[in-house]
Amino acid sequence: MPFNRKHLLGLEELFADEITTILDTADQFKEISERAIKKVPALRGKTIANLFYEPSTRTRISFELAEKRLSADTVSFSKATSSVVKGESLRDTVENIQAMKVDMVVMRHGSSGAHRFLANFLDASIVNAGDGQHEHPTQALLDMMTLRQRWRTLEGKHVTIIGDIMHSRVARSNIWGLTKMGAKVTVCGPSTMMPAEVEKLGDGGVTIEYDIRKAIAEADAINILRIQLERQKARLFPSMREYFEMFGVTPDVLEAAPKDCIVMHPGPMNRGVEISQEVADGDRAVILEQVTNGVAVRMAVLFLVAGGTFDAGTEP
Amino acid sequence: MIDWKDKREFWIAGAKIADPEAERLRVGSVCVQKGRITEIVWQKSVETDLPVLDAERFVLAPGFIDPHAHLREPGYEEKETIETGSAAAAAGGYTAVVCMANTNPVIDDPSVVEYIACRAQQVGKCRIFITGALTKGLQGEIISEYYHLKRAGIVALSDDGRWVTNSQVMRSALEYAGLHKLPVISHCEDGFLTQGAQMNEGYTSTRLGLKGAPAAAEEIAVSRDLMLAQLTGSRLHVAHVSTAGAVELIRRAKKKGIPVTAEATPHHLTLEDSLLESYSTNLKVNPPLRGKKDIEAVRAGLLDGTIDCVATDHAPHTEIDKDVEFDEAPPGMIGLETSFAQLHTELVAKGALDLLELVKRMTAKPAETLGLPGGRLKKDDPADLVLIDPEEEWTLDKRLIRSRSKNTPLIGAKFVGRVQGVFFEGRWQSAILAGEP
Repeated sequence: MPFNRKHLLGLEELFADEITTILDTADQFKEISERAIKKVPALRGKTIANLFYEPSTRTRISFELAEKRLSADTVSFSKATSSVVKGESLRDTVENIQAMKVDMVVMRHGSSGAHRFLANFLDASIVNAGDGQHEHPTQALLDMMTLRQRWRTLEGKHVTIIGDIMHSRVARSNIWGLTKMGAKVTVCGPSTMMPAEVEKLGDGGVTIEYDIRKAIAEADAINILRIQLERQKARLFPSMREYFEMFGVTPDVLEAAPKDCIVMHPGPMNRGVEISQEVADGDRAVILEQVTNGVAVRMAVLFLVAGGTFDAGTEP
Repeated sequence: MIDWKDKREFWIAGAKIADPEAERLRVGSVCVQKGRITEIVWQKSVETDLPVLDAERFVLAPGFIDPHAHLREPGYEEKETIETGSAAAAAGGYTAVVCMANTNPVIDDPSVVEYIACRAQQVGKCRIFITGALTKGLQGEIISEYYHLKRAGIVALSDDGRWVTNSQVMRSALEYAGLHKLPVISHCEDGFLTQGAQMNEGYTSTRLGLKGAPAAAEEIAVSRDLMLAQLTGSRLHVAHVSTAGAVELIRRAKKKGIPVTAEATPHHLTLEDSLLESYSTNLKVNPPLRGKKDIEAVRAGLLDGTIDCVATDHAPHTEIDKDVEFDEAPPGMIGLETSFAQLHTELVAKGALDLLELVKRMTAKPAETLGLPGGRLKKDDPADLVLIDPEEEWTLDKRLIRSRSKNTPLIGAKFVGRVQGVFFEGRWQSAILAGEP
């Protein structure tokens, strides 16, 4: 199925076929990063602006590498060194950047819906690199790519997401992506960080389970979310040690999961809080594989949003 | 479009008259002279030498009274002024508006009351009633000088936009307001539960990744204020009721005889939180738009009288204020120009409420609730009247909006039933601009 969207705003609005197209494209792009000369001319002449209104290491570098490997011209921006600190509005900033004839905007922003807001008036394509607590579509896509490599299919598989579901854009995008692809999702975390009516997301494909051992008993994969210190300040849980005791993933907890269950984490990790040292570095962890796949997924997204298609038999 | 602005003495003949004290609409004619109603006759035509406005197509009612609007002057004239707010009110069928105290400076001093009263007089398009701040600077700590404020002309007290968190302060405020026979309008919201909230808590807030305000935040605040109204015996008016639980609490309080009244806004009576999936900042209001069950409960409350009256909570904000990320936008939408049409379209045209009852909830009831003059059809009263075409179908065009701000989600919405204009003290103010179809 061709991918005809101008933007990638989130996974909620995508159809399963479109997700498959992205993942298939990413599979083909992955090989480019293994070459001695890691570059193809697919986006030669295209200009991409990376706007990061929130701190990011992985996602930002991953997007920049993806752009460079597709031969796009890129400029990057971070909030601290821009006119944002002088009080320039998001709309003005982005319209000014567009006036310099940018084809695509990759943005991370702390406000949910910021990309939808831009899409109202921007001609350039918009790729969502994370909006507030709403969506982080490329993260969920790289998670799905990693899972699909392991199992060939997502249909009928079971993924348990553990942690702060309420404030997590990774959780939301994964729920929509996975359920569209026929997987089941269990969410697990403190009740204070479980959003209202979360079980209604993803057409009934979501189950809530507060007991971590029960939550992972039938999991094919566990996706562990980063727990943020400010949630403790907001009194959503009493202490890091209590969180670790109840929801931290340790070798002992993993005993409750099937033998071939893999462990994912979107990063950055708090070792010793949501994930123990042994699990983070253990042989079930596919955390660095996720990072490697991230570049391929972002190459695929940029390529498809720019209007690229594969002709049968031609190499990208 | 009716061009009647030069006429000072005339008959409005053959209109369907919506008298809030009557049981049903009745055809009649009204004579206006020197800004007052000088005669009401229950016949279709009149023998007279005065000019006659043939109003057979129209419903004639007392001018609407809005118990809750933000006119922004002084201090936020870029959003609205008394002049533009009065024009918006007249275009929406209102001849009287109660303005809230969150101006800059706050209406906690007689000089601000006098300033607003003076500006309202100069503009002369609408009667402006003034709310004084319940506490100094709306800070919720020290009660304002109710005696001085009342002497300057306020009709009610409110810290609207904020709830008085300290129960002792609220108790004193109610007791002291009782002494001065001023109703206290409470914006019921437990601010700890709504810190950072952007919308109603529920499925849609989870979907959109926006922090939700639970219904309990409103209901906790309503509960406490009802108990303090019972304790003090003072008059409490609950502003913009939006949840099923709040409606039920007020219903039970009224049964117990607690001196409470309540209002609901057109948006809380008609618009669902699921609309926010567009992330349109014009749908961001406080209290937030709620779910279907809450809307049904607020409607039921309006029908059974638990909710006494309709209030717009007209809250203008500029495009600069609103054209930002969702969580950066201030809450509020304008409502003066669309409230009647919206409720007529959604409630009256769909058979949930009859037109006369809607008129009552926008005239006699708000007047009774806050102890204001007007809201009735009486010989010798000021000729504050609204003329409505209940059949006219129209679409809200942004260019027609008289308010200085255009922050409404209803631009492009289709309505049935349209205010043609008002007579304010007998002077015609058309709601329809020249050249408009």
